[in-house]
This record gives sequence, structure tokens and C-alpha cells, in this order.
Amino acid sequence: MTVEARALAVSLGGKPVLQEVDLALRPGELLGLVGPNGAGKTTLLRLLAGLLPPASGSLRYDGESPRALGRQALARRIAYLAQGGDTAWPLSAEAVVGLGRLPHRRPFAGPSRADQAAIDHALEACDAAPFRDRPLGTLSGGERRRVLLARALAVEAPYLLADEPLAGLDPLHQIEVMELLRRTARRGAGVVVVLHDLTLAARFCDRLALIDRGRLVAEGAPAEVLDDERLAAVFGVTAFRGRHDGEPLLLPWRAYSSG
Amino acid sequence: MRRAGRGPSPLPPSLLLALLGLALLAVFALSVAVGYAPLDLGAAFGDLLAGRESLPALVLRELRLPRAMLGALVGFSLGLSGAALQGLLRNPLAEPGVIGVSSTAAFGAVLAFYSGLSASVALALPLGGIAGAVLATLLLFILLGRGAGTTTLILAGVALNSFAGAATSLALNLAPNPYAALEIVFWLMGSLADRSLAHVLLALPLMLVGWALLLSTAPALDALTLGEDTAASLGVDLTWLRVRLIGGTALAVGSAVAVAGAIGFVGLVVPHLLRPAVANRPGRLLLASGFGGAILVLLADTALRLAPIRPELKLGVVTALIGAPFLFSLVDRMRREAR
Repeated sequence: MTVEARALAVSLGGKPVLQEVDLALRPGELLGLVGPNGAGKTTLLRLLAGLLPPASGSLRYDGESPRALGRQALARRIAYLAQGGDTAWPLSAEAVVGLGRLPHRRPFAGPSRADQAAIDHALEACDAAPFRDRPLGTLSGGERRRVLLARALAVEAPYLLADEPLAGLDPLHQIEVMELLRRTARRGAGVVVVLHDLTLAARFCDRLALIDRGRLVAEGAPAEVLDDERLAAVFGVTAFRGRHDGEPLLLPWRAYSSG
Repeated sequence: MRRAGRGPSPLPPSLLLALLGLALLAVFALSVAVGYAPLDLGAAFGDLLAGRESLPALVLRELRLPRAMLGALVGFSLGLSGAALQGLLRNPLAEPGVIGVSSTAAFGAVLAFYSGLSASVALALPLGGIAGAVLATLLLFILLGRGAGTTTLILAGVALNSFAGAATSLALNLAPNPYAALEIVFWLMGSLADRSLAHVLLALPLMLVGWALLLSTAPALDALTLGEDTAASLGVDLTWLRVRLIGGTALAVGSAVAVAGAIGFVGLVVPHLLRPAVANRPGRLLLASGFGGAILVLLADTALRLAPIRPELKLGVVTALIGAPFLFSLVDRMRREAR
């Protein structure tokens, strides 16, 4: 499936949040959305997931508009992981992951064998199987985020859109989640991930889209997008660059001063 | 009602529903068996089935059965819609009255009473109640049509509640004589006494449609556990969900209030009691809460007939007396969990 956004624009509360965004998602690719706080990354992700209607511009899934495709069909094609980790009721981790199978469920039918297999696989992949029976509220913030990521994986959709999946994770699990996302992409899914950690973004993502003040200001290979000029102009930082184990290393170092 | 453990693996859903169904049958039978006049149930059922117009058959058909049936229907409606609204609002303190439908239904009935219509037209009281519920629902639907979210619905419910409350007080204020005022007050307290099969037949079709609408929201309510965005990404149409839920509650609770008056706390307490038994899943809670509500209302209505207090206590008073301590325990538990 292809996802194509053309000239997307949206305003929230009369204030333009995104303008003139052209972006195509590709299967098998890990795309990182980076940018400072308030740049419009989450809004762009919600637009791409079909959760927010664009004020103007067009969004096409295999050439079809979200309306023509229908909410159910869209739900099977795009898995969305929201920010934050609050659940209204203390469901067990396994029950939460099981919610990811709802788009595949027929009315009044129980979970099928394929559903259970998808749930087990997602729990394993996110290292969340050991606490599958525990209520979400009793888990730590990082464990909760992993369960919620497993929920999104359990949809087994061709596209996975994840909003800050690393928030609150310890270094080991940050790296594991990035590796998991990359594996998911290698298996053929298109993965879009909002990231604040430029080091991990530069190291793991196939492509980066840099958003600044509601506009897509650069798009391409991580090293090209995060050059010194843009790091200074958009993030206001300088960076240390190098290579380690054959992979690029970029480390934001200090606040940029033009003087 | 039993309180299930809070362990990770409660009863299988079908077993829980079977147990609740059996319990409901038992309390229903108890409710039919308990009454003011001694009644030979065997003879009464025999006469009723054979079509003999004997006194026992008449008592059974005109008094005992309608009362028990209404108790079950009203209780099921309150329990089910309470669970559904708690799921929609993602708040354990929501109850069927929160969207304002019950108070407007009550006001509609009071208006039918106050205008004297109820003295001349049979069933004017419940019909007035249903008219009140319909008006409130139309108003909520207009708001939903304009894209109102959950918060707007709650605020609209608060406004409807205070308007209907004030209008009801005004009717009391302007009541032509103290007896009329007293009758209104008593009716508002809720009761299943002296209802007939006509009341059952009036409420039943509306309630059935309402129940179907509410039960259809189960998967959407499960998805809503993770928030509105995630639910939408799982294929839930939030506006359509709100329409079904508000419409279903209006039909079920509006007709419940129309035939039985305001019966509080059932829709609040029952979902809270049964939530641990369904592993906190809002979708599974719906049917279980319906059964639980029916059981609680029938028990309360049987208890007030057994109690040596005459004239009999009002059902709404008894459910509130049972419900308030439970609410305190809920508040206390939430306070401890918040630590």
C-alpha cells in the first residue's frame, strides 16, 4: 500500500498548525519525524492515520481517500500508537494488546486463533510477555509503553505510526524498540515514528522528515537532513558527529550561538 | 449479588452470565412470591394458564407479575446504561442521570400530572415521561450533529439536569393544593407499586431497542479504554458511538423513569460492583450490569414489601439507602488507589 499526502494543511483553534506538507510513506521503510516541540509532528501523524481531517490538501491510501476507504478498512491498514500511556480501566496487559485485534474481529465473534497468535507474538516482540497478566496500572511507565506498542503491533497492519514510542524507556529498551521498529520495516511494513532523540533517529531511520513551525523543511537521508546548518536553525544546537561499529553517530552537544 | 475476587483470572464470561441469569430468575420468583395478600402460587399459575378468572389468577396477572417484570426491566435498563455511560465517559462516577435524560423524563411525567392530564388519560404519566426523555435526546443529538465531544455532552447533561430540576420545583411551587404537591413528590421517589401490564407493554419495546443499541457499543467501549484517538484508529466511529449510546440510554432510562419514577444509585453502583468480575473490561460489563441491575432492583423491591413499614417505603429511597454506603466505599477505594 502507498500513502501519499499532498499539500496537507490543518488549523487547530484558528491557528495554522501544518502548511503545505507533501510526504509519501513507503513500505519497508523506517521514516522518522523529527522537529522541535510544537512543530506539528503529532498533528502530521494524526493526519496520516486518518484521525484528523485536513483543512486542505489531499491524502490518498492506494489512491483512495480515507472516506472512500472507510474507517474499518483504514483501521486494518494503519496501526496508530498515541502519546501517553493512560488507560481508563485497569485491564491486563494481554487484554490491552488484544484490543489491537478489534479491526479484524467480526461482530459478536470472540478472538480467533490468529488473534491469539498475533497477541502472543506482539507481547514477545516488545518484551512484555512476563507481565501479560498484570493490570496496566501496576506497571512502570516504560513497561506500560511497551505494552501499548505491542497493542499497535498486534494490529499487524501494513503501516505503523508511532508517536514518541521511546518516551519513558530505559536505554536498553529504547535501543530494543528502535531495533524492533527497524525489523518491522524490514519485514515489509511502512513505519513512521516521531522521535526526539536525534542520536537514535540518525542511527536507525532510513529517512527523516524534519518539521519546523508547521512546515516540512527537509526530507531525505538522516545525514543530509540533520546537517549543521539545520541543526542550528531548527533545533538551535550544535552536534558531535562520528561513526561507531560502522553506524553513524550524532550527538547534540551544546546550544548554538551565532557569535 | 456476589462480589467476585480481584484476581487476574475471574470467572469465564459465559459462566458469570449464567450465574447472574440464574440469580435473576431466583429473585424474580421471590418477587412474585412475596406480596401483601397470601397467595397460593400453584393455584394462581394453574388458573392463569387455564384462563380461569379466579381471584388468585387476577392477583398474579394484575399485581405480582407486572411488578416483578417492571422491576427486572427497569433494573436491567439502569444497570446496562450505567455501565455504558461509565464506559463512554471513562469515569466510574458516571450514571444514567448524567446526560439529563432521567430528570427531563421525570419533569415530563410531573407535567402530565400537574396539568391534570393524568387524571383523565390512562398512561398520561408514563407518556409524559417519554416525551420529556425524547425532547432531551433531540437536544443532545443536535449538539452531537454539531460535532460535540464527550465533555460537551456532560455539560449539556448538567444544564438539562438543573433546568429539569428547577422546572419540577416550579411545578411543586405552583401546585394547586398540598395533596397534588405530595403526590408529585411521592411519584418522584420512584416505585413499582400499582403498575399494570399496560405499563410493561408500553416500556418493553422502547427498552428492547435501547438495550440493543447499548449492547452494540461493547467493542467500541473496549477500544475507548485506550483513549479517543486510539479507539478511532481501531475503527471506532466516535460520533456514531455517542449517538447509539445516548439514544439507547434515552430509550431505556427514559422509559424506566416514565413507568417507575426516579430510581437512583442502581446505574452507579451495579457496574462498580461487577467490574472486577469481568476483568474490568467495559464491553463485557454491559450485559453483566444489566442482570445485576435487575437483581438489585427486584431485591430492593422485595425487601421493602417484607419490611414492617406501612405505607411501604419508596423504591428510590431504598436503592439510595443501599447505594450511598457503596458510593462511600467507592470513593474511599479511589482515594486509597490514588496514593
